[in-house]
Order: sequence, then C-alpha cells, then structure tokens
Amino acid sequence: MPLMYPLVFAAFLFSVGVYGVLARRNAVMVLMSIELMLNAVNVNLVAFNAYLRDQLVSGQVFALFVIAVAAAEVGIGLAIVLLIFRNRETVNIDEVDLLRW
Amino acid sequence: MEKLAWLVPALPLVAWAVLLLLGKRLPGGGAAVGILAVAIGWVISLAILFGVIGGADPYHVSVEWAPIGASFDIPLGMTVDGLAAVMMVVVTTISLFVQIYSISYMRGDERYTLFFANLSLFTAGMLIVVLADNLLLLLFGWEIMGICSYFLIGHYWEDVANARAAVKAFLTTRVGDLGFMAGIFVFAWAARSFEIDRIIEGVTTGEISSATVTLGAALLFCGAIGKSGQFPLHTWLPDAMAGPTPVSALIHAATMVAAGVFLVARMYPVFEASGSVLNEIGILASITMLIAALLALVQDDIKRVLAYSTVSQLAYMMGALSVGGYSAGIFHLFTHAFFKALLFLAAGVIIHAVHSNNMSEMGGLARAMPVTFVTFLVGALALTGIAPLAGFWSKDEILTDAWNAGFGGAGEAATSQSVAQIVFVTGMVTAFLTALYVGRMLWLTFGAAFRGQGHPREADAGMLFPLVVLAVGAALAGFVGLGDNSIGTWIQTEELPSHGPATLNLGLIVATTAIALAGLALGTVLYRRGLPEREYLERFPLLWKTLQRKYFLDDLYEQGIVRAVVGALAPATYWFDQRVIDGVVNGAGLGTRRLARGLRYVQSGQAQWYAAALFIGVVGLAVVATRLIGN
Repeated sequence: MPLMYPLVFAAFLFSVGVYGVLARRNAVMVLMSIELMLNAVNVNLVAFNAYLRDQLVSGQVFALFVIAVAAAEVGIGLAIVLLIFRNRETVNIDEVDLLRW
Repeated sequence: MEKLAWLVPALPLVAWAVLLLLGKRLPGGGAAVGILAVAIGWVISLAILFGVIGGADPYHVSVEWAPIGASFDIPLGMTVDGLAAVMMVVVTTISLFVQIYSISYMRGDERYTLFFANLSLFTAGMLIVVLADNLLLLLFGWEIMGICSYFLIGHYWEDVANARAAVKAFLTTRVGDLGFMAGIFVFAWAARSFEIDRIIEGVTTGEISSATVTLGAALLFCGAIGKSGQFPLHTWLPDAMAGPTPVSALIHAATMVAAGVFLVARMYPVFEASGSVLNEIGILASITMLIAALLALVQDDIKRVLAYSTVSQLAYMMGALSVGGYSAGIFHLFTHAFFKALLFLAAGVIIHAVHSNNMSEMGGLARAMPVTFVTFLVGALALTGIAPLAGFWSKDEILTDAWNAGFGGAGEAATSQSVAQIVFVTGMVTAFLTALYVGRMLWLTFGAAFRGQGHPREADAGMLFPLVVLAVGAALAGFVGLGDNSIGTWIQTEELPSHGPATLNLGLIVATTAIALAGLALGTVLYRRGLPEREYLERFPLLWKTLQRKYFLDDLYEQGIVRAVVGALAPATYWFDQRVIDGVVNGAGLGTRRLARGLRYVQSGQAQWYAAALFIGVVGLAVVATRLIGN
C-alpha cells in the first residue's frame, strides 16, 4: 500500500477534529474532536513505522503511548465537564468564559 | 619612621569620623581629638623630615587598589621624599596651631564640633595630596579639600553672602578641576598608569610625545590655577574670607592654596619638558602677582588685604617654578605658610577685639594689644622681605633665579629669557607694592588713634600662644634655606639634578632690601596719620574705579557666565529634564497602560477563539518553515 493513502486519511481525520474543536458548542463534542486529532496522529505514526520498516517499531510504541495519554486526558476532561454541568447546568463552552478581562 | 607616614593623613581622618559621630558628647566639644590627631602627625612628620635631612632615601610603598584588566591598575600608595616631608611639616604645623587657636576663637560657636571635624578632614585631604604617589589619589585628596573649603567658608551660612561665597569658591575651583581631571586622563592614557613616577619616567625618556606632554601639562596647570588662585580664577579667594579667620589661615593662606604650587612642583619634570607651558605659567604668575598686589592697596577689610597678598605671593611661587626655581618656589611656600598663617591669626585677634573687619574702624592698637602688635609686625616684615626674617631669604632666592634665567644667561631653565625677564621685573615691582600695602596695613591698624567703637583688649593666652610660636617660625624659617644642607637639597630628586638652591647675589640683596624699605617708607609717609580723608588713588578716578571693581572681572563673570547659566542654561536644562527625560520615562509607563487598555479585549474567555488563534499561528509557522527549509 502506498504511503499516500494513510497520510491523506490521517489529514482528513485531523481536519475533522480541528473543525470539531473550533466549531462545536458542546464540550463533550469538543473532547471527542480532540480524540479524533490524536487518532490522526496515531495513524501517521503507524504508517511511517510501516513505511520505514523500523526494526524497533518505535512508531507503534509511540502510538500506544498516545492512546494511553488520550485515555487519561479524556478521563480528566469528562470530569471537568461534569463539574461544570453541576455548577452551571450547561456544557455549552460559549457560556463558560469566566477567565476574561 | 617613614613607614609610619600613612598615619599622618589617617589620624585626622579618624579624628573627623570620631568628631562627627561622638564629638558633641566629648568634653570640650571634642577639640582635643582633632588636635591630638594632628599633633601625633606633626611629631611623625618632623621625625621624617629629620630623617630626610640626615640623608634618608625616598620611601615608596604601594598596594593594588582597583585592577583594571591585566595591564592597567589603580594603585594606592605613598611617596615619602624630601618634598613630601617638607610639605607634611608645613601642613601639620599650621593645622596644629590653627586648631589650638580655634579653641579660643570659636568658643561658644553653634557648630563648634563640626568646625573641628571639618578642619581635621581638610588636613587629611591636604596630607593625602602631599603623600599620594599617583594622580588619582592626589585628585581624591584635592577634592576633599574642595568640599571642606566649601563647608568652612560657609560656616556662618545663615548670612546669605557667606553661603554665596562658599558656592563661588567651590564652583570657581571646579572650573580649574575640570582641566585638572582631563590632564590626569591624558597622562594616564599616555603612560598607561596613574603613578606619578611612571608618568615622569615616560616624559623624561621621551616615551610620551612632546605634544601630549604640552597638552597634559597645560591641563594639569588649569587645576593649579583654580586651587592656587591664579589669574583669571583668583576671584574666589578674597570672597573666601567670609569663613572664620582660622579657616582663612589654614586653608586660604598656608595649605590648600599651596596645593596648586605643590602639584606643579611634584610634576615638575613634566612641566619642564614642556617649555611653552612654563612660559604660560610665568606670564600668568606675573599678571597675578601684580594685579593682586594692586588690589591689596585699596582694600578696607584687613582679611581681604591678606587674601590678595596670598594671591600675589602664590604667584611668586608659580613665577619661581616657571623660571626653573624649583627649590626657591617650595622654599617660599614653606616660609609663606608661617608668616601668612601668623598674619591671619593675628588679624583674627584684632577682629575679635574691635568687632570689625574694616581697617577704617581700627587704628592705634599697638598700645592696647602689644603681643598681637609685635607678632603681627614680625609676620608683616617677613612678608615684606626684611632681613633676616623668613620672607627675605625665599623672596630673594626667587628673584635671583629669575635674574639668572632672564639676564644671567644661566641657561638651565626651560623658560624663554623674555618670560624670565618679565617675571623678574614684575617680581621687583610687586615687592615694592607688597611693602607699600604692608606699610598701609600696619599704620591703619596699629598707628595713629583708634577710630572704632569700644575699648579693644588683648586676647587670652590660648590665642596668643599660637601667635608667638608662629612668629618665632616666621622669624627663623628662612634659615632652613641657608648652608649646604638646606631645604633646596632636601627636596632634590634624581629627575631634577640641575635645580639646586641659587647662590645669593649681593647686588640683588641690596636692591630688594632697598625696594622693600622704600615701599614701607612710602606707606609710612602716606598713612602715618591714619586713614586719609580721601584715598590717594582716588585722584585717579579711572584707576580707582577699576581697582574698586576688581578689574571688572567679577562683573564679567557675573554678566557673562553666571547670568547666562542662571538665566538661560539652567531653565533650558530644567525644561529638558522635566519634559524630555521625564517625558520619555512617563511616556513609557503611560503608553504601556494605553496599549494594555486596548489589548485586554483580546482576552475574551472564549477558549475556542484561543484555539483558533493557536491553529492559525501553527499553520502560519508551518508555511514559513516549509518555505525556508524547502528551498
């Protein structure tokens, strides 16, 4: 399989993630979009690993690390979203703008 | 003994600190502290001088003070040679007796302790100048004297005139100091050292180019002009008489003003290497001695007479140095210190007794104050140059040197013959004028009838004791210049082999004595009956006006310099400081606040906006990076 296919796929996935982070109002959706971006990175890592035939498979190892970190991040992120919802009865991040002038 | 020389300036410095911190709590206002410090220094100085007379070698010690890089450092050291030893004895002697005198003179003064503290600091400053082995340390002591002079002239600062005199003295000498500092840097740059020995070595070996030597010597001499009250910066000295009389004796007669002469003597090989600067010194000294002696003729204030006399005598010393009379100049400095300090202190006694500085309110004091009269007479005759008193020997040696350089074809001086001739002729004229104003002063003060208020009485023993001691000094100090082992040989150094004491010329002795006696006789004829109704010089209105207005020099400085500075330069500088300097500083603060007020709206709290900015930024960087790396 040429390298081009997974790279185009990863770029598409990343763009979808960026759009989600910038455009969605729901905090949960924003978190999911971040996951999409991370997974796009994972696809890249694995694709290059296969392309370069790395003996140490470091691309795959790093992909595993990213997955672990992403899981932890989502755990904290969802906890924050839950607390915000309990306090303000909303998960619309447009309305969560306390840190401003 | 010379290893202890550092104690001589150090002790008065300690005394100054002690007096400032604890002085008021000490018995007797702490005067004893200052006197003790300088008395110990006096004993050490005398011991060192006797060592020098016995043939001791110059002693030099130096420690590293502030190293700058590998090749250049600022040392802290002292040179104890004959010149330094003679100067140390002069300074400590005068300071000691002035301080003893001040116990009585200043009794009951509001700032009694502060006065003694300042006298101690001043003495320390002069001794630092005398002992310094490098120009930077010398400048240090020089400036201590400058500031002490300011403090002491303005001692009675409640009177605005005194405060103004203090500022005038400070600023006028500062004009000269500016040149002095530039001169120091010229030599430090040329010789790669501040050390006097190394500079002199560089000059005598020709390592420093003659143009540099001339420039540096001329600049150094600017400092001497300011400190030693030479034309055209002499105007501060008479005004400095606003200070208490002991100050006039210590600072403005015997020591501080001698610093300029000492500087020229200390750097003499440098000045000698540049004949043109010596010529300038000779010309300026001639002008100064003549105009100051003329001004002394028309003063009513007895201290001003003495002040102008000091200016005139300092010019004598400078004139001696300019014609190669290295030892004659220092000899005159030595004798002058005794009789001028004596004259000032005696004048202080008189002022105390008649409660006025003006000779128009004195007269007939010889009977009321016999001790003061006799001591004053000794000092006055020594100043006139009557044998065998101190001034006679030194003045004659100066005139002999000038004669030899100008007419004798001795050829040892670097000065041109015509300048030496000018120095000789003005020296003779000044000797006559000196005798004339001394005669006038003596008759107006002690002769005829008393013209003032009250009944003047003799001062107490505390004030008379220094007078008597100094009178003995003024009578005998001249004898150090006689014989084979005289002051001229003590201050001899290797660099100055040719400037031994001059052999006295009998014809000149007769001539100068005749001139001095003629001046005194004329003074007697004119002022025997006391103050004439109309001063004799008033018959020449133009001359009288010129002398009364001090050759219009003060007016010139007032109109030309002071007014320009106060009227235009000072407001302009103030405006520049307030508007431009402060404007930039305040503008920086104000501008930041204005900018922040606008920029803070960027901080909207909308996390997605931040993310968008971040994303755009990353994309932008990526584009730039690919462009740069790709090509």
